[in-house]
Amino acid sequence: MTTLSDISPRSGAWLTPQKLLLAAILLTAPYWLPAIGLYQYIGVEMVIWIVYAMGFNILFGYTGLHSFGHGAYLGVGAYAFGLFQHHVAVSLWGGLGAAVAAAALAGALVGLFVSHRRGIYYALMTIAFGQVFWFSAIKLHGLTGGEDGLLNIPRPGLRLGLATVDLNDNVAFFYFAAAILLVVVIGIWRLVHSPFGRVLQAIRQNETRAAFVGYEVWRFKWAAFVVSAMIAGLAGGMFAMAQESAYPDVMSLHQSGLIVMMVLVGGGLVSFWGPVLGVVLYFVARDVLGGLTETWLLWYGLMFVAMVMFRPEGLAGILASLRGAVPGGRRREIAAE
Amino acid sequence: MALFEARNLHKRFGSRVVLEDVSLAFEEGQVSGIMGPNGAGKTTCFHVLTGRYRPDRGSIRFGGTDIAGLRPQRIACMGISRSFQIMNLFDDSSVIENVLVALPEFRARRNRPFSSVFDDPDLLDAAREVLDQVGLAGRDWEPSVSLSYGDRRALEIGVALAARPRIVFLDEPTSGLGADATRNLAALIGRLRTRYTIVMIEHDMRFLFDLADTISVIHWGQVIADGTPAELAANKWVRRSALGELA
Repeated sequence: MTTLSDISPRSGAWLTPQKLLLAAILLTAPYWLPAIGLYQYIGVEMVIWIVYAMGFNILFGYTGLHSFGHGAYLGVGAYAFGLFQHHVAVSLWGGLGAAVAAAALAGALVGLFVSHRRGIYYALMTIAFGQVFWFSAIKLHGLTGGEDGLLNIPRPGLRLGLATVDLNDNVAFFYFAAAILLVVVIGIWRLVHSPFGRVLQAIRQNETRAAFVGYEVWRFKWAAFVVSAMIAGLAGGMFAMAQESAYPDVMSLHQSGLIVMMVLVGGGLVSFWGPVLGVVLYFVARDVLGGLTETWLLWYGLMFVAMVMFRPEGLAGILASLRGAVPGGRRREIAAE
Repeated sequence: MALFEARNLHKRFGSRVVLEDVSLAFEEGQVSGIMGPNGAGKTTCFHVLTGRYRPDRGSIRFGGTDIAGLRPQRIACMGISRSFQIMNLFDDSSVIENVLVALPEFRARRNRPFSSVFDDPDLLDAAREVLDQVGLAGRDWEPSVSLSYGDRRALEIGVALAARPRIVFLDEPTSGLGADATRNLAALIGRLRTRYTIVMIEHDMRFLFDLADTISVIHWGQVIADGTPAELAANKWVRRSALGELA
């Protein structure tokens, strides 16, 4: 079985070829997306979901904690962004700051309850809390707009000195979201290669041993949950901008399950880049396969089943195998240093 | 005064009394052994001494400080390390990464979210020093899961030593080892005894009697005898307990 430790490079360098490749793809996407029959907005969607998936994988892939209610924090971020715009000020950074802060608060509170648990109990509690947020979003009509959600959320402009970039244009908004994604990717990269990140991975591998070498396991699990929720909140804020609305469905069990599928299929359990692959595959399946058949989700679901049964390492694991990284690839990489 | 002293420990699970009035003392610089038949309460005793279980009654003092009921991570940070009867390693990690995570200087960096682990050559040197101690020098980046069983036992001891403990508890270190690996382990513990205070549970009587300075015998959750290996070898109750003749 391939693992994150096998594939992820040991270097915590700020810039790597993979990150430069991602930057190049993002920089040129508005030019080639229409050329391959896709549209600009799908780029925005993918970028936002990649931010969400990368943050989710801190918890899921690196710490080994199976949260099945993570849509709640995406939703909290989306609502916080919308409420900030409606009731405080029309402000890009204010709204995104509110989204991150609200998701961090929600994650911190829920994390206090779930971080002492493990396995199935952990998963069930995250589902339960996710449902609490979802149900609250529907019932707190005066605050959240009920089932309709918060509508007409503005996309504030991006102020750059004297000039202001209008983010209502999808290409401009794409570049803004892409810049956020790159910052998030570099931040998470450093995080998972730091001592803090290594402790998270140690906890994933052996909670008992981690405690007996001196780590307060529940505190690290809590911190991972909060960081993951914050990034989900950031993605939620951008989601509210993209959709110009925030609605309860974002928090539903279905949406929470979707992020798990994306990360698993992409290979988040074995690779830093797995969530990126998973998100891209999902959206390509939705828009390309969906253009061919209404039953695309059935085929996507069957592919998920096949992946879990035959290649649980996901796309990233398959790619790693193809380029000979497994087995022994890591030793080659080390020998080359 | 002994470095580590437990007095009148009691532990029960439901109606089942597992430890009853157990008192033990481990002197600094010595190898102490705990023996007894299966189900005698030895591993539970280790779990209580190292914080996995909270004792129902009794005191545990380490270097003069009462540590009874403290959590494992607090106890580990105070200088008490342990290995487990069932192998407990970070199996997805390489040999050196297993040791790195346990180093106190790594632990001191645990809250730095953006510093890189492998940029610090001092950390790697410290980890390599530990691997050298346990006979795994030069095998830094091998996946720990691919080591032989005996080497994994040695690595587990390495993880325990990486924390730079004052006392190391080893729970049945020869469990599952063949004759050659057991001899290698005995040689390893023989080398380590000059640097660490060691306490070990062991079923292999010859292994234990060769290495230990003092031995305590636990049976029915109680300490029924203690003394030097020579004293215990002459004790008929100990012989019967070790041979499983005491029901």
